[in-house]
Amino acid sequence: MTKISVRLNDVTKSFGGHEVIKGVSLDVEHGELVVFVGPSGCGKSTLLRLIAGLDTPTTGALHIAGKDVTYAHPSKRGVAMVFQSYALYPHMTVEDNIGFALKIKGLAKSEIKAKVARAADILQLTPLLKRLPKALSGGQRQRVAIGRAIVREPDVFLFDEPLSNLDASLRGQMRVEIARLHASLGATSIYVTHDQVEAMTLASKIVVLNGGRIEQVGAPLDLYRNPANLFVAGFIGSPRMNILPVTLEAADGASATVATPQGTFSLPRTGVTAAQGENLSLGLRPEHLHLAQDDEPALTGQVLLVERLGGETFAYVAPDGFENQQLIVRLDGDHAVAPQDRVRLSFDPRRAHLFGEDGAALGRTEA
Amino acid sequence: MYKNKFVGALYISPFIIGFVVFTAFPFLASLILSLTDAHLQDQLSDAHFIGLDNYGAMFRDATFRKSLSVTFLYVFLTVPLKLAFALLMAVLLNFRLRAIGLFRTVYYLPSILGGSVAVAVVWRFVFAGDGLINQLLHHLHLGGVNWLGEPSTAMFSLVLLRLWEFGSAMVVFLAGLKAIPSDLYEAADLDGASRIRQFFSITLPLLTPVIFFNFIMQIVQAFQEFNGPYIITGGGPMKSSYLLPLMIYEEAFKYFQLGYASALSWVLFLIIAVFTALAFWSQSKWVFYATENPNGESRGE
Repeated sequence: MTKISVRLNDVTKSFGGHEVIKGVSLDVEHGELVVFVGPSGCGKSTLLRLIAGLDTPTTGALHIAGKDVTYAHPSKRGVAMVFQSYALYPHMTVEDNIGFALKIKGLAKSEIKAKVARAADILQLTPLLKRLPKALSGGQRQRVAIGRAIVREPDVFLFDEPLSNLDASLRGQMRVEIARLHASLGATSIYVTHDQVEAMTLASKIVVLNGGRIEQVGAPLDLYRNPANLFVAGFIGSPRMNILPVTLEAADGASATVATPQGTFSLPRTGVTAAQGENLSLGLRPEHLHLAQDDEPALTGQVLLVERLGGETFAYVAPDGFENQQLIVRLDGDHAVAPQDRVRLSFDPRRAHLFGEDGAALGRTEA
Repeated sequence: MYKNKFVGALYISPFIIGFVVFTAFPFLASLILSLTDAHLQDQLSDAHFIGLDNYGAMFRDATFRKSLSVTFLYVFLTVPLKLAFALLMAVLLNFRLRAIGLFRTVYYLPSILGGSVAVAVVWRFVFAGDGLINQLLHHLHLGGVNWLGEPSTAMFSLVLLRLWEFGSAMVVFLAGLKAIPSDLYEAADLDGASRIRQFFSITLPLLTPVIFFNFIMQIVQAFQEFNGPYIITGGGPMKSSYLLPLMIYEEAFKYFQLGYASALSWVLFLIIAVFTALAFWSQSKWVFYATENPNGESRGE
């Protein structure tokens, strides 16, 4: 049996009568890197602050390493946090910043020095130990913030959008460093981000939050392949999944046939429970659409815009007969498609997604 | 273009005229007067140039020596006490409490009335032999104190008046406290630092630019204190509250020694200048500026 490191039990949080977290239950296993992801205002940072002890839940309970810490002081929870703003003490050198918690704890000077040196070595901060934060670059500051967390040897690392203040290239670099660090330390980590690329690349488990509730929890590829609802489908994956309005023509237990303005498409799908004629959403990821061979069933449309990124090209296509709808198609980098071109787009029906009127995913694809 | 310059000069002229007439001219005139034996009852043209005699006379003048020592005592007592008290009040008023805005206003009120003559008059009544404080002490069967009649307590009443005007320093401290990012305290909470530890390890170091500013302002103001000793104690008893500004005033307008009074003003000016310069010189040792280093980014990685 795996060890549970953090357990949230029906946690809610209200600010002045406004409920921000609406009953969240979650288990984080020991050694996992769990990413909370969701749009602005979904409650992900609040949830992290509740775990850190910077806010107290309105109702519900919180356990860390088996102990009830719902009302425990932040320093008594065995957590260390890396803040979005880094929150480095500006008047202390890198060395003093990293060693501050140990000094408070009353550790011997030699012990503090050794621990700080070890953390600095891991994070390549050794030549910067005597500098003040204002003499550091953004990436270096971020590493100091991580160093400050490492020396405390916490049960759980908490990261609150730690890379959002860095430029794109540095963000990629730090992402790799955090992944490497997590692999080498093996400590439980909870990481908040609004960037689904960070979530996909770092997480062993993703928690998608929306409006203070958990929409879905799962491994990154699980969420990508089997989104539980339209929200998760739209949030995970970049560019986002194309959604087309369709109606259910027939479902016979093994397949579902949907009607579109361009005819019907049959999807191999078990357990579709919707009624005939019900309005559904057909989800097609940009990477699962391709230009059709002559004999393939396809959606036709006109190219509106082409974005060339070098390695890949995104074509924005207006499908015939769908009002105000647009399909994004991922093509090879050197594909010769151009605006105004007429195209036929085909897709693998096993990889298409179907959502009911309430937004929930319909049926399962046979493996 | 020429016309624009003229219009600009016109706009700025009230300040320029005011500065020249009421600041620059008296400033220079007092310097020249301090080198003469000018007397307020005589024509200025009768004054004789006497070199640095006025300055020499000061060091033989026991009253000046007494006044100087009393002034230093007053400054050294009031500046640290007032800064500490204003900071304490600012920290208390920085708590998120119900109706905190009301508290802030109420605590700032004394500063609006502040060092005004009216408050000094009230102060005299409060500390008088049959004043409010003594009446209170009588009620408590503690016996009265001759507040304004004893050298030590007369100075005490002036110091207290100065502390009473803590509001402006407090408001500046409050602004400084609000400028410290809250996530530093959250990080310190996680690091296990107690509130007192946070105050000394985070608040105080990050507040040093504000402390420095307030320190300079208080030094300058304390050396110039006039209303208190003039109205409440008259400098007495036995010159125990005879601050230098009061001596300057009396030399000029009671004894009509314009030249000597001007020399005293210049000595006071030089003392304030030296203290301010010392404060600026010392700031590299204790004032911490958290501003970004413009070259910080390029020094990285």
